[in-house]
Amino acid sequence: MTSPLQQKIKITGPSVVTANRTTDGVVIYRTATNGWSTDLADAAIVREAEPARALLAAATADDVGAVGAYIAPVEIGADGAVAPGNLREKIRRDGVTIALPVRA
Amino acid sequence: MYAYDEIDRAIVHERVDEFRDQVRRRLNGELTEDEFKPLRLMNGVYLQLHAYMFRVAIPYGTLSSEQLRKLAHVARTYDRGYGHFTTRQNIQFNWIALADLPDALAELAEVGIHAMQTSGNCTRNVTADQWAGVAPGEIEDPRVWAEILRQHTALHPEFSFLPRKFKFAITASDHDRAAIKIHDIGLKLVRNDAGETGFEVLVGGGLGRSPFIGRTIKSFVKGHDILSYIEAILRVYNQYGRRDNIYKARIKILVHELGIEKFAAEVEQAWSEIADGPLTLDDEMIEDIRSRFIYPAYEKLPAEPDELRAAAGDARFEAWRGNSVAPHRQDGYAIVTLSLKPAGGPPGDATAEQMDAVADLADKYSFGEIRVGHEQNLVLPHVAKRDLPALWAALDKLGLATPNVGLVSDIIACPGLDYCSLANARSIPIAQELSRRFANPETAALIGRLHINISGCINACGHHHVGHIGILGVEKNGEEFYQITIGGRADEGAELGVLIGPAVPYGEVADVIEDIVEAYLSLRQRPDELFVDAVKRLGVEPFKERVYATR
Ligand code: HEM
Ligand code: SF4
Repeated sequence: MTSPLQQKIKITGPSVVTANRTTDGVVIYRTATNGWSTDLADAAIVREAEPARALLAAATADDVGAVGAYIAPVEIGADGAVAPGNLREKIRRDGVTIALPVRA
Repeated sequence: MYAYDEIDRAIVHERVDEFRDQVRRRLNGELTEDEFKPLRLMNGVYLQLHAYMFRVAIPYGTLSSEQLRKLAHVARTYDRGYGHFTTRQNIQFNWIALADLPDALAELAEVGIHAMQTSGNCTRNVTADQWAGVAPGEIEDPRVWAEILRQHTALHPEFSFLPRKFKFAITASDHDRAAIKIHDIGLKLVRNDAGETGFEVLVGGGLGRSPFIGRTIKSFVKGHDILSYIEAILRVYNQYGRRDNIYKARIKILVHELGIEKFAAEVEQAWSEIADGPLTLDDEMIEDIRSRFIYPAYEKLPAEPDELRAAAGDARFEAWRGNSVAPHRQDGYAIVTLSLKPAGGPPGDATAEQMDAVADLADKYSFGEIRVGHEQNLVLPHVAKRDLPALWAALDKLGLATPNVGLVSDIIACPGLDYCSLANARSIPIAQELSRRFANPETAALIGRLHINISGCINACGHHHVGHIGILGVEKNGEEFYQITIGGRADEGAELGVLIGPAVPYGEVADVIEDIVEAYLSLRQRPDELFVDAVKRLGVEPFKERVYATR
């Protein structure tokens, strides 16, 4: 597989780096302090290709902690709140859109 | 039921220990993800949107009550209390943590269940008719042959690094419930004029990006020769299959590009080198496998027991019996399908409580045996007819007696964008909405047999190409859209559906399907002209017109 760092990076708006946590697959976001958070609000936001590449490089280097890091679009509200930029990312953040078939 | 021998058990346990070590090394950083990924895939572990997904094989769809209880236990202990039965007789758990996987596998190994060959470019779980061994008119139990195939292909070095995944399905009935025409190799047990048992062999079926219906490569291969003949097919595939392009790597592409005649000639050539060699099965081997399938000791029971007559006044019972109960080869017994498609539920999901309860009911009413079908329903294969009213009452309480088997709300759907990282669009909520709209059993019965299949992307895990109505999720400018096909079928008359027009947005899918169904009701010649037959007679035009005239 081509390393994500060799791929062409094209971002059209505010973006974050996201991955799945190695231990349990939980969705995580790369923070500005070289860590990971399960909360999108903690994610480092990048707006251009070079910073995005650097953030992705740091994320990918943590092969023990995270799997499959990639750049994902976000939307920033008027109040500065960060929201997922598409349905897939929304489902990754919020979970399935259906009731789980377990009895309460 | 099939009784595993010591060798099988040892292999399964060794594999668990090996995987435990691999997980440990992954978690402490000795293995990178690139190194670990192929290893986890070999043990059925995928990474989905929110978690790891764990796929467990149910060879030829047969489970003992003990095995089903263990699956319930795994769902409850390591996952979120439910499992998803798939179109290939597997069960998937959606929320399992990496560190828990070796323990889950070890628990499953105690009852002879494993996840080998549920992923990767190997020969996958061999699937079979879920009514195998009990269907009236069957040539013989196809699971004996499925087991021979399983043993031969399991961990076979030549079949572990194929150009792409490879799927077998097998049936021994004229009516194909195993969808053999959409598998890489489909096998149909037949008897020739001399009374010998053998196989009609089909090759090159498959869905996904390039769908093909399998073609008959040889109309009769003797049972004794089946392994050498299949080996010949796989050799030709191994030699010529495209390893350079994942989209062209399945055997269906090779068969299509060479043409079935040329492909068959290559196979004949390869076969001539190995036929009558060590792969030839002798009667003793076949009998040895056959003897390890344990059949119930059926009683001599009346075909029309008093209990059934007494219950006939209950309209709900009668509706269920008419829909979900099928004739058995043994007088006085019946095959019962348990619908995992309640109105508004996710197709194919069962909770741990339901699995435990079904295991108990299987012990009480079905000689401890359960089957899983590719339609994502369960089956109790040996129910005495006198027990049907009591069984129905119990199933009804569990939400497992929806009388919709084979009907419009018995929807086959893949996990789609709610779970799957490859998805374009959601499948489950579409299925839920449709099953609510067609929830009235009388309406569903009036419409008659109608299979809806939904896939969240072109990989076609929900078999949308062969749904009477197929729904395929696509993405347009970041929105979920759905292409609708009609006229597909997955049985012995397998056909690919035809697209009716431009994709429709998420919010309109259910309306469009209702329009199609209404058009059918007004166009059918007789109440027993099935939807697919009406489409065959009329073509897609009248349906297309109905759907797009007002949109
Ligand atoms: C993590 C979840 C899944 C992933 C990543 C996945 C991936 C895929 C891919 C890539 C293909 C296309 C293969 C090809 O054409 O070469 C495929 C086909 C298929 N999958 Fe899945 N799948 C998933 C879940 C499921 C589920 C839940 C089911 C059953 C409901 C299923 C059953 C099938 C079937 C029947 C095919 C069919 C067609 C064929 O073999 O030609 N898969 N899957
Ligand atoms: S069809 Fe696509 S979306 Fe559905 S499970 Fe398969 S890969 Fe995922």
